[in-house]
Amino acid sequence: MTASLIIFFVLAALAVGGALSLIFQKHPIHSALSLIVVMVALAGLYLLLGAEFVAAVQIIVYGGAIMVLFVFVIMLLNAGIEEHTNFSKLAGFPGLLLAFALTGFIAATIARSTDTVQAAAQPGNMASTKDLSTMIFKDFVYPFELTSFLILVAVLGAIVLAQREKA
Amino acid sequence: MIPTNYYIVLSAILFGLGVLAFIFKRNIISIFMSIELMLNAVNLAFVAFSQAMHKLDGQVFVLFVIVVAAAEAAVGLAIIILTARNRQSLNVERVDLLKL
Amino acid sequence: MPILEHLWIIPLLPLLGATVNGLFGRTWPNKIVNSVAIGATGLSFLAALEAVREFFLLSPEQIPWVRQYFSWIEAGNFRAGFDLQVDQLTVVMLLVVTGVGWLIHIYSTGYMAHEGGYYRFFAYLNLFMFFMLILVMAANYVLLFVGWEGVGLASYLLIGFYFLRKSAADAGKKAFIVNRIGDFGFMLGMFLLFRTFGTLDFFKHAGAGGALGLFDKAAPLSAEAMGHLGTLTVACLLLFMGAAGKSAQIPLYVWLPDAMEGPTPVSALIHAATMVTAGVYVVARSHVLFMHAPTAMLVVAVVGCATALFAATIGLVQTDIKKVLAYSTVSQLGYMFLACGVGAFSAGIFHLMTHAFFKALLFLAAGSVIHAMGGEQDMLHMGGLSKKIKWTYVTMFTGTLAIAGIPPLSGFFSKDSILLSAYQSENGGPNVGHILYAAGLFTALLTSFYMFRLIFLTFFGKERYDEHHVHVHESPKSMLVPLAILAVLSIVGGWLAAPAFWGKPDYFAKFLEPVFAAPGASEAGTAEAVVHALETPLAIVAVITALAGLLAAYWLYVKQPSKPDKLAKFFGGAYQTLLHKYYVDEFYNAAVVRPLMWLSTNVFWKAVDVSIIDGAVNGIAEGITVVGDGTRRTQSGNTRSYAVWVVVGAIVIVAVIFWPHVRPVLGVVR
Repeated sequence: MTASLIIFFVLAALAVGGALSLIFQKHPIHSALSLIVVMVALAGLYLLLGAEFVAAVQIIVYGGAIMVLFVFVIMLLNAGIEEHTNFSKLAGFPGLLLAFALTGFIAATIARSTDTVQAAAQPGNMASTKDLSTMIFKDFVYPFELTSFLILVAVLGAIVLAQREKA
Repeated sequence: MIPTNYYIVLSAILFGLGVLAFIFKRNIISIFMSIELMLNAVNLAFVAFSQAMHKLDGQVFVLFVIVVAAAEAAVGLAIIILTARNRQSLNVERVDLLKL
Repeated sequence: MPILEHLWIIPLLPLLGATVNGLFGRTWPNKIVNSVAIGATGLSFLAALEAVREFFLLSPEQIPWVRQYFSWIEAGNFRAGFDLQVDQLTVVMLLVVTGVGWLIHIYSTGYMAHEGGYYRFFAYLNLFMFFMLILVMAANYVLLFVGWEGVGLASYLLIGFYFLRKSAADAGKKAFIVNRIGDFGFMLGMFLLFRTFGTLDFFKHAGAGGALGLFDKAAPLSAEAMGHLGTLTVACLLLFMGAAGKSAQIPLYVWLPDAMEGPTPVSALIHAATMVTAGVYVVARSHVLFMHAPTAMLVVAVVGCATALFAATIGLVQTDIKKVLAYSTVSQLGYMFLACGVGAFSAGIFHLMTHAFFKALLFLAAGSVIHAMGGEQDMLHMGGLSKKIKWTYVTMFTGTLAIAGIPPLSGFFSKDSILLSAYQSENGGPNVGHILYAAGLFTALLTSFYMFRLIFLTFFGKERYDEHHVHVHESPKSMLVPLAILAVLSIVGGWLAAPAFWGKPDYFAKFLEPVFAAPGASEAGTAEAVVHALETPLAIVAVITALAGLLAAYWLYVKQPSKPDKLAKFFGGAYQTLLHKYYVDEFYNAAVVRPLMWLSTNVFWKAVDVSIIDGAVNGIAEGITVVGDGTRRTQSGNTRSYAVWVVVGAIVIVAVIFWPHVRPVLGVVR
């Protein structure tokens, strides 16, 4: 049991616990906070995997911007404890089964596949942020520009949609 | 070192929990959050593979996923605000104008 | 050679007449319809005469004269064209059909003058002429079959002319359906012939390098053994099946007596003179094939002889004047087939010709009697008409003399030559010919008897009808003149064969010799070799028989009118059987018609049509409705359900992509 393995299991438990909490909480704000926990745990896992920049971005963007946005909206809309309605017959037991089926398929596939990467990767030279940026601006410059455009469009869309109607 | 499979299995579990939340939650915002959870699970898988294969492509992709998720969250929440204003309720089962 | 080059004119003229009358005749007065119909047929007759004249100018190598007009079917190696031909046999048939047909058209103008649907009658009659001419002039089996079917159609239309009467409509249907059964055999015969010889053309095509016809190919073959069902024998038997249907032989004769529902001129033209002789014509035309199949010839002879006897016995007791003549026709057709069956083809054709004359005469005269009696057809309600409708009586008596075979009228010569050939036939055994002869002779006795019975019942004795209700009047000239012409023909028509009695050749047989002489070496021998030494004694026997029949009828119906009833009571069971036509119709009804009806109703209608076909179609519709009903449930309008369907889709995609890994997982689940 190396240290990294213990850290992994702790972080993993944290992530799963946060996800479970997200499902079982009744008030959306609690779900949001649980999601933040999950994200922080995932950031930790990225660090464990040697992707520092991604971990940083995860915290800053996901945790600091997106989740904040969620919390703002929950407060803006005055969301309360969600009411318990059950109009859909399909979303009860069958849905549960299906979700387990999906997970089971994917997990079993991975567990049984012998040609996926089982071997532990060497700690070795982690790629640095410099290499990452080089890759982005050289090989992936076109998608990069597109995504900036996408953000612009999203911002505009959000503003247009959320305007108060002229009285 | 930690075998890559562990990361992938964790990713799968998180994804499955995201699907469960997607099915069982009634609040629109909660459902949206479950989508974010699923995206995160996938990000984990990407980074794990990136590390295993010693290529940076996975991490680049994760960055793009995060960007797109941000854009999506912005627009999606705007729509949710509108819907909530119109239907006076955040219960997704109340949005049933298509029902016969 | 204008007409011989354009043979199509002969059938085309009646077709034009039919079309014009059929399309426009509805509003025309009778006179115009008449002119069109009679004009068309008359012109056709003139064209036929001209064709015959030109035919006599041909040299022997040009006969048979075949002309190909257009190619109708061309499929692979098979070619059937609209080819018309003329040879001696065609000449005889052509003159009989157009000549007698024209006379009957003229007669009909008088007979049908007061009937509704006048234009329709003449349109159908002309249509019949067209098809019959196609039949006799066709140069291949396929075109012949077109004519064959066409005359069947015309017969159906004309028998059911009074279609508002159920019995007439039923009779028309019966005729067509029974004919169809024969046609089935005919078609199978045609198929077999095509398969064997590769062609259905009769003769070699005109011009150098013409393909060999069927008969040319069949001639050099050796004859098939008696009793052995070789290809030719089977083909001939099948063709004979068709002929039996069309010419009312056992077992397919049942339609002819019912066909008397049609107007009398129809009975005269179609069911006496022309259509019913088509079967005889086909057998005579196919003589090359039949000569190679002695078994088939024996069958033809036996069936013909049996039919002749059978029908004559039924005719003895019938009371409807037309029914007697109908059974008489069946009987005389039997004689013609007997002749063909023993190899005396020209004798058969000769009898065909004389029969056309005197039977048409008898039918038309009967029509005149019926017309005079205001529609009465039952002989038991007639009597004593000889003085009142003299012309009708004289002509009818002439016809009766002819059919009874009393010299020097035509029937004597033709019947005599048939019986002579039958007596000398050795096909099937040494004594078969003698048996056939004896049966034929006995039938002649019966024929004479029942025909004179008809005369005596109708024209002699006390009037058995109410004078006040029935005003007996002679028929108009349009009806009497054809009767007179036919009477003259019945008298002189046989004189072509008369010289045989004093050593000179039989001119009719000699005329047809190029057709019926066996080409090449045939083991069955030439068709016409008969010993004429026996001719005179047998002729005398025949005359004595005919006179015996006359005397018997005279005694029973003139001298002792109460005797027939006493005899009928004495022979109670036999009499009833004959009166009910041996219950054949009832037998067919029970054995064939009812089972078919049952089969059609319960199996084909209820089971196949309703359950299977309708069930399948409706079932598919039902199935789709059910599927649609099920699929509808996915569109519930509930967002959370949609979420679940999304997950389902995701599972499907994952399963498809990871299939090799998913399969073991499924095994675990099971």
